[in-house]
Amino acid sequence: MANTLISEVPVVEKPNPIRTPTEKALSRKATLSFLLRRLDLILSLVVVALLVVVSLLPSLFTSKDPLKADPSVSLRAPDSTFWFGTDELGRDLFARVVYGAQISLGAAAFAVLLAFVIGSLLGVIAGVSKGWLDSFIMRVFDAVLAIPGLLMVFAVLTILGNGVMNIALAIGLAGSVSFGRVMRAEVMSVRASTYVEAASALGVKPLGVVVRHIIPNSITPLISLAALEFGVAMLTIGAMGYLGFGAEPPNAEWGALIADGQKFVRSAWWLGVLPGVVFVIVVLAVNRISRVIGQGGSK
Amino acid sequence: MSEATTSPLVDVQKVSVTYQIGRKRAQALREVSLAVAAREVIAIVGESGSGKSTLANAVAAMLPENSTVTEGSLRFDDIELGSLRDSQIRKIRGKRIGIIPQDPMSSLNPTKKIGVQVQEPLLLHGITSKEDSKSKVLALLRDAGLQEPESVVNSYPHELSGGMKQRVLIAMAFAAAPELIIADEPTSALDMTVAKRVMDHLQKLVQETNTALIIITHDLALAVHRADRIVVMKSGEVVEVGLANEVLKAPKHEYTQELVAGAPHLFHPGTPGAPAGTATHRTNDRPFTAVSEFEASNENAILRVSGLVKEFPHGKRNAYKHVAVKDVSFAIPKGKTFAIVGESGSGKSTTARMILRLEDATSGSVEFMGKDITSVRGEELRQIRRKMQVIYQSPFASLNPKMKLADIIEEPLRAFQVGTKEERRNKVFELMDAVGLPKSYMKRRPTELSGGQRQRVAIARALALSPELVVCDEPVSALDVLVQTQVLQLLQQLQADFGVAYLFISHDLGIVNHFADHVGIMNRGEMVESGSTKEVFAKPQEEYTKILLESAFNL
Repeated sequence: MANTLISEVPVVEKPNPIRTPTEKALSRKATLSFLLRRLDLILSLVVVALLVVVSLLPSLFTSKDPLKADPSVSLRAPDSTFWFGTDELGRDLFARVVYGAQISLGAAAFAVLLAFVIGSLLGVIAGVSKGWLDSFIMRVFDAVLAIPGLLMVFAVLTILGNGVMNIALAIGLAGSVSFGRVMRAEVMSVRASTYVEAASALGVKPLGVVVRHIIPNSITPLISLAALEFGVAMLTIGAMGYLGFGAEPPNAEWGALIADGQKFVRSAWWLGVLPGVVFVIVVLAVNRISRVIGQGGSK
Repeated sequence: MSEATTSPLVDVQKVSVTYQIGRKRAQALREVSLAVAAREVIAIVGESGSGKSTLANAVAAMLPENSTVTEGSLRFDDIELGSLRDSQIRKIRGKRIGIIPQDPMSSLNPTKKIGVQVQEPLLLHGITSKEDSKSKVLALLRDAGLQEPESVVNSYPHELSGGMKQRVLIAMAFAAAPELIIADEPTSALDMTVAKRVMDHLQKLVQETNTALIIITHDLALAVHRADRIVVMKSGEVVEVGLANEVLKAPKHEYTQELVAGAPHLFHPGTPGAPAGTATHRTNDRPFTAVSEFEASNENAILRVSGLVKEFPHGKRNAYKHVAVKDVSFAIPKGKTFAIVGESGSGKSTTARMILRLEDATSGSVEFMGKDITSVRGEELRQIRRKMQVIYQSPFASLNPKMKLADIIEEPLRAFQVGTKEERRNKVFELMDAVGLPKSYMKRRPTELSGGQRQRVAIARALALSPELVVCDEPVSALDVLVQTQVLQLLQQLQADFGVAYLFISHDLGIVNHFADHVGIMNRGEMVESGSTKEVFAKPQEEYTKILLESAFNL
């Protein structure tokens, strides 16, 4: 009786569900049930992996030229030849979405990388230095936070001119603040730990203590933040593209595709809706993954 | 110490308990049998993970939900506990079996007044009416040894000291006049002198009320001095049961022998229970000439501390000063061990931190290798640290969790750029060998090691640069008893091999007695007494030292 009871006891949710399947003791059935419970996560990973491959090798997914106009097939509804239909100039919408991924993804990646590097660097400096330098960096962060994100982007675009990379630059600068604040908080808690004190008591130089002990132990939450910010960056880039500040035509980034399609929403719904659906799926997938990383990282 | 004549109060027959952790199952008890007679005091001794707490929880019918009794029978006063429903168990637990939990700091509700909390079991079990309960609560608290129960009743837990909280918990355990009390490590969170007073009182109460007592402890000394019988547990099995004196004098099982050997000061304790004075510890009849030996060794001191003071200003505009360390002076001869002993808050760790220059001294001086280092900074200080290393109390906190073992040990060598990369690696292997860590461990991270292994890593790291002095801040207090012995032996061996001096911070007089050449006793920031260990332990001059020694050896 007691033995049968044990096997029926539901397994308590572990703080880090990703690591569980690596346990060798798992039976095949348990693995399967794990995958089913985590179906959303698996799907998210597939979507993001697909997105990366698409943006690196778009020609694998479509043989059509996203820029080639063919008036004879303008505004076709989706069918087996044109999966997403065609626009008013007869360009294949699927090809445009596929090639647009490169622009959207590349710009978002650049923005997050910039935010990560600048933010964590300033965060470490603030967290380690204390005193006036810390106050100075934090007040700059406060000032940046006081400017609405979109306003910041507009300001940068006004100075540097339109373009996806300029949008990404602005998002990266604005986003570095949240990375910086998280990093500073982490650094301050890690620097209070015994092993950090031990390192300096053993004679490790101050820079060595920071690089070898403080940074490796405070960087994990930033990785989860990066995934989250990636989704936000994609959305902002899409929004700016939608408003017409993005890629120069005829190159199409996703936001611009949706904006273009909007004009035909009564006669050719697919032009706006299909790129929008793709966009939503990708951002959802990225957010899902960032959540899971966040749970694992907080352990 | 009489043998049970009638059927025992607690009768555990071949009980096995397993835990379900995630998808793994772990066996915590393996066919354990145990009988406790009425009015008997028994101690269950074992390391962490030995199953002693599981056994106690099983007797109290409060095993956690993820555990299962797979076989055997658990009887309390001839009632089979396994057959009872929850509601029936609740009538036994608390009423007929009282429980004193391990950690007094977290076992009381912080939002309720003490009076209300002590009242609770009384009302719950219908022992007194609400009107009578007030006077009963006061009586219980007074019996538990609280001096002013009237003020305690209206206090919140955070207003009481650890010892007072433990007394409150004792009062609660005795509230329903139970037949059995289970005390799970009742004093491990308390200072020595407090622990002794609390145990004295608990023992008195048990005797007066004819209650049986089960003490769960990792401390063999406590077990020997307080219990009639001792049960020794290891990895879920009872390895030895016997009368306290007999187990100590002639341990049968190999593990018990190790345990006894690991607590050498027990070989000449006072009679258990008897109010033995410090006289029984004058094991070494060395005459007083030891003083001159200590003074003479001052000549070639590696570390000399004089008039060290640390004040922590606080309050509005730092108007108040908390004096953590008052005018402390001592010296450590080359290659010798000096121990600072004291209870928490005595200033021993602050003294060590000032010597390590992790804390700045308010006044006084620290002289290391003939050089005043009281206010050196930057690179100069770093060069001093090459010869003065540190081992922390908790090996769980002092090792960077992201680094591999070999990198951790190499850290000081790399910091001072000793040799080439290859030479450093070889040195790391030598060190690992010296502290008894297999070479195959080099790629492991601290989380993959046990506490004892981690402390070995910390020791290897501290010795990497062949320092003249290693400051050991409670280096074994986070470890199990047997592991303590191993680590201490290792430290002694390494001292013999490398001629390193130790500044040894500890609260454990038993360890200090066998480990240190010289000892300084600290109380409330002052070093009340210092001298050679033998001399101080044999002929303590100060009242505080006498109390401390008595507490330590007669727990």
